[in-house]
Amino acid sequence: MAILEVNAIKKSFGNAHILKGIDFELEKGEVLSIIGSSGSGKTTLLRCLNFLETADSGRITVNGEVIFDDSTHTLKDSEIRDRRLHFGLVFQSFNLFPQYTALKNVTLALELELPRKMPKAEKKEELLKIEERCKALLDTVGLSDKYDYYPCQLSGGQCQRVAIARALALSPDILCFDEPTSALDPELTGEVLRVIKELKNSDRTMVIVTHEMEFAKNVSDKVMFMSDGVIEEIGTPDEIFNNPKSHRLQEFLKKPTF
Amino acid sequence: MGFWNVTLSLLGGLEYTCLIFALTLVLALPLGLVIAFGSMSKFKPLAYIVKTFVWIIRGVPLMLQVIILFYVPGFLLGQPILSRFASVIAAFVINYACYFSEIYRGGIESIAKGQYEAGQVLGMTKSQIFFKVILMQVVKRILAPMSNEVITLVKDTALARVIMIVELIQAAQNFAGYGLMWPLFYTAVFYLAFVGILTLLFGYFEKKLSYYKV
Repeated sequence: MAILEVNAIKKSFGNAHILKGIDFELEKGEVLSIIGSSGSGKTTLLRCLNFLETADSGRITVNGEVIFDDSTHTLKDSEIRDRRLHFGLVFQSFNLFPQYTALKNVTLALELELPRKMPKAEKKEELLKIEERCKALLDTVGLSDKYDYYPCQLSGGQCQRVAIARALALSPDILCFDEPTSALDPELTGEVLRVIKELKNSDRTMVIVTHEMEFAKNVSDKVMFMSDGVIEEIGTPDEIFNNPKSHRLQEFLKKPTF
Repeated sequence: MGFWNVTLSLLGGLEYTCLIFALTLVLALPLGLVIAFGSMSKFKPLAYIVKTFVWIIRGVPLMLQVIILFYVPGFLLGQPILSRFASVIAAFVINYACYFSEIYRGGIESIAKGQYEAGQVLGMTKSQIFFKVILMQVVKRILAPMSNEVITLVKDTALARVIMIVELIQAAQNFAGYGLMWPLFYTAVFYLAFVGILTLLFGYFEKKLSYYKV
């Protein structure tokens, strides 16, 4: 069974129809890359999955559980919070919390999930567990020596890796990336892409909006080309990059990348 | 009237100055945040009411507000409902809370949307996002404009004498009745020392918060 099913997602802002009915499925452990020119709706789709935007209509199913459909509009904040935790999101501009260290950025959400009233000894133990877990996550993104650094003391690539660890801390079923390397200097994109690749090797389900065509080719199981709010073409990297069928995709791939 | 006698009297006045200052700060800082939330409310009627209130409070001299709060209930009800001191505190707290609210609002609205969204996708509640993520960044941003207001407050305390509270200036003014003018000029030393301490304190806070960039 597919871990993620998206059916007929539509989203408009005023008269601008950004998503005109999006359907796709993703199996557990698969990596889907979404490519397409700016304004094609890639980011909006990702934001709908993460409940940062509410789709106008359609259905999103995770692990067989419907987490979004037309009845979702009446949900309480706390219910939306539970549902959105199926997804993690790594932003283009990291959005780390500047006043906290790298480690605290990763632990914060977990610490806040602990029940308010808790025996002190027990709480201390839980906090220690969280810290250990989060340190391990920072280790996996190659930042074992940066626990106590503040975001302003880290490079862009390091910040983005902290952000990835932070998203992983909540163990989402599906991890989403919104152009994770677009805000980085070219020489720093490699370290972030390497981390994402390692995540793929550990069978993580991911949806990646990206402009890095080489990377999309290498890391993806599926590639989706969006244009004008619809999925113009979806297939294996080989199908998309080597045998593009639609005219628009052919044109898109022809454009030189500067 | 020796120097020490005058100093002692002025210190008596300074006590009221400090009291008005401290009470206003302690009460107006949180109240300002409440007013800021009101003026940013998505419920438009509330936002308009709060904004109108802020306009009135900021638009009328504080001295007049002190007079109104003390005398008007007396005219209407035959007896004052607030003591002199309570009237001063009430007027100051409301007035300063309105100024603070606009500083808060500016600070809160200057925080990038991405900070809220990062909190949201991590499953935080609205209040967790505000208190654990946004507030510290706001504090850092508003420290400089806040120091301005706080320093102004030190000197605004002198307005309390309009309803015969014997604060620092009034304490000095009392000597003028005996033909002594120099105590009035001498008060400047007290204000300068007070503001000097505050300036150092704000400098210390700024340094304390310099470990991160917003």
